[in-house]
Amino acid sequence: MQDELTTLIPLAVLIPLFGSAFAFAFYRQQTVQRMVTVISLLVTLVLEIALIAAVWHGETLAVHVAGWPAPWGISMVVDQFSALMLVVSSLITLAVLLYAIGQGAAEEGQDTGPVSIFYPTYLILVAGVSNAFLAGDLFNLYVGFEIFLTASYVLLTMGGGEQRIRAGVTYVVVSIISSMLFLITIGAVYAATGTVNLADLAIKLGELDDHIQLLLHVMLLVAFGIKAAVFPLAFWLPDSYPTAPAPVTAVFAGLLTKVGIYSIIRTETLLFPGTQLNTALMVVALLTMIVGILGALVQSDIKRMLSFTLISHIGYLVFGLALSSVVGMTATIYYVAHHITIQTTMFLVTGLIERRAGTSNVDRLGSLAKLSPLLAILFFVPAMNLAGIPPFSGFVGKIGMIQGGIAENTWAAWMLVAGTMITSVLTLLAVARIWSRSFWRKAEDAEDPDPLLLPKSLEHGRAANRRLMPMNLVGPTTFLVSLTVAFTVAAGPLMSFSQQAARDMYERTPYLEAVLGEERVDGVREELVEIASEIPDLDTEDDGVDDFAPVTTTTESEDGEDTYGTDDEGSE
Amino acid sequence: MTVNLTLVLVMGVMLATGVYMVLERSLTRVVLGVILISNGANLMILMSGGRAGEAPLVRDYLSSEDYFDPLPQALLLTAIVIAFALVAFMLALVYRSWVIGRQDEVVDDPEDRRVAAQPVYDPEEDSEIPTETTEFDGGGGAPTEEAAEPAPDSRRARRERREGRD
Repeated sequence: MQDELTTLIPLAVLIPLFGSAFAFAFYRQQTVQRMVTVISLLVTLVLEIALIAAVWHGETLAVHVAGWPAPWGISMVVDQFSALMLVVSSLITLAVLLYAIGQGAAEEGQDTGPVSIFYPTYLILVAGVSNAFLAGDLFNLYVGFEIFLTASYVLLTMGGGEQRIRAGVTYVVVSIISSMLFLITIGAVYAATGTVNLADLAIKLGELDDHIQLLLHVMLLVAFGIKAAVFPLAFWLPDSYPTAPAPVTAVFAGLLTKVGIYSIIRTETLLFPGTQLNTALMVVALLTMIVGILGALVQSDIKRMLSFTLISHIGYLVFGLALSSVVGMTATIYYVAHHITIQTTMFLVTGLIERRAGTSNVDRLGSLAKLSPLLAILFFVPAMNLAGIPPFSGFVGKIGMIQGGIAENTWAAWMLVAGTMITSVLTLLAVARIWSRSFWRKAEDAEDPDPLLLPKSLEHGRAANRRLMPMNLVGPTTFLVSLTVAFTVAAGPLMSFSQQAARDMYERTPYLEAVLGEERVDGVREELVEIASEIPDLDTEDDGVDDFAPVTTTTESEDGEDTYGTDDEGSE
Repeated sequence: MTVNLTLVLVMGVMLATGVYMVLERSLTRVVLGVILISNGANLMILMSGGRAGEAPLVRDYLSSEDYFDPLPQALLLTAIVIAFALVAFMLALVYRSWVIGRQDEVVDDPEDRRVAAQPVYDPEEDSEIPTETTEFDGGGGAPTEEAAEPAPDSRRARRERREGRD
């Protein structure tokens, strides 16, 4: 069973690609095209759920494409982290696809509806993202990046209006430059080590001179940092994302930057597990958080504001991975999955707001809570989640990072702990501003409100809801909102899953054994164990309170059992 | 590892010129710069295979050191195809930008300029509310004196502070 499943791994990339070809062949029949797209994504999702079930207890599956053994052929690897990323990305791409179909149906007859190129391109995007998550070598990762980036260029400039072309030019040029940097780095890595296989690199990079290691490390981080939108490499994001149609922005914001973060995490755990750049990464994380959220506070367009909070929350992820501890990485893995979902949800809800109110500019919005209580709930839940209000999943992830930061107990980590809290409060301020203006304020008080917000009576307004927000748009959004809540409910199992994943990633032997075989790893096992033993693993069954947290609280009972276990906070 | 000095020099010139051109505001030059950078990167990958050798086809009379490393060539071919697609797309984009706006330059984001130009003073958040519009006090009760007529001195003080800041 296990072996058969392993050989099926490449299908996670191939099904969307073939689906795309079929969808494109039927470009005249919109219905067939939609069916092909939905079915390909559903089959991919089923396959990926099977994969995550197979690796749930810590196994790592690797397939060598065409039977070429590891350092020479192309390998695809599924470990717990990539399986989780695959499932989450498929869930949200499916939900966004249904939303896009709903939007296409709602706008039929107008020119603004998706053109026949949308569905094939969307599937190519999904294939590229899956390929990047599965890639077992650096060059395949580059190819994955290029596949989904090229698809994203097309999706972003779809329709070719003036706004989108203007935003598209910046986006395309910046992305190409970062890809070129990545390509140059691959060349340098190959020149230095003679391999591009990630598992092989993990062994061979350690044998290089320190300064060459540092050079390659920094080059990789810069190339991925542009893609992940880390300050100061994030300036392109708020200019380009908000101009695209709502479903496209939603999937970009949710997924694309996270592929960059995924690659950074792989770089930091698999290739360069040392701690030499941690302080620099922490400074970058702090700046990303603070600059991002300050940018969000001055925006008046909801989409732009969300783009800035996206940047700011990338800072959390960089903080978590810069800790180089199992606690920090656990929280980061959980937070990546949470943040993909939450950011996509927020953009879809904004799409609904834009449809209902005719604009997404908060200065012109009002009365929405009264006109559409459902929309208010759909906005409120993910907004509070984004700000990290307990008991939502954003809180669970952040508390994990703060725990890791306190346990690290260096000046940089303490700065980050403070920065995390300040950013949380400022995020709350930003979403509260949207809430109070768009939902609680009377539309009459807004400057130049859209006529849609000023119905003759409440009944007229409610009747307009059904016309402007049909079920096939509200349905997928509601599904995503409940998925974000599910992250809270399932926080316990998910956290222990992430912890297992984090341990395996720092240990590295499971990954290397799966790709290279045990004999090759046995030769270097001692070194690997030695490096891994330097990574603090804080799980002493009491969340590290006794040994590591320098603060003592009185909430602990006599027998040392803490009464605020973070894992099951939400499920209660 | 042996490296061909001519190739290194050519690569360096290509990358340097490419970077210089990408920094220009004119889109045509940016495209040319991207082409140069991608070709420079390709040369770099080619060089990473070491010195030149026989074509990598297995023949009995050649030992393994005589072959050229085939992997960089495989990577190189893929990279060329990708760069070709990207350049084609960029050309289409630049052409479209020219057709729509007669614009061959990178344009500022208007919303970004607007946000940057807006004053620190926010009429909604910073000014006193002239009339009470809440609906929670039972049908728009009479506005309180203070809300209707804010103390003149505080308003003047605010304005002065604002002007001082500007």
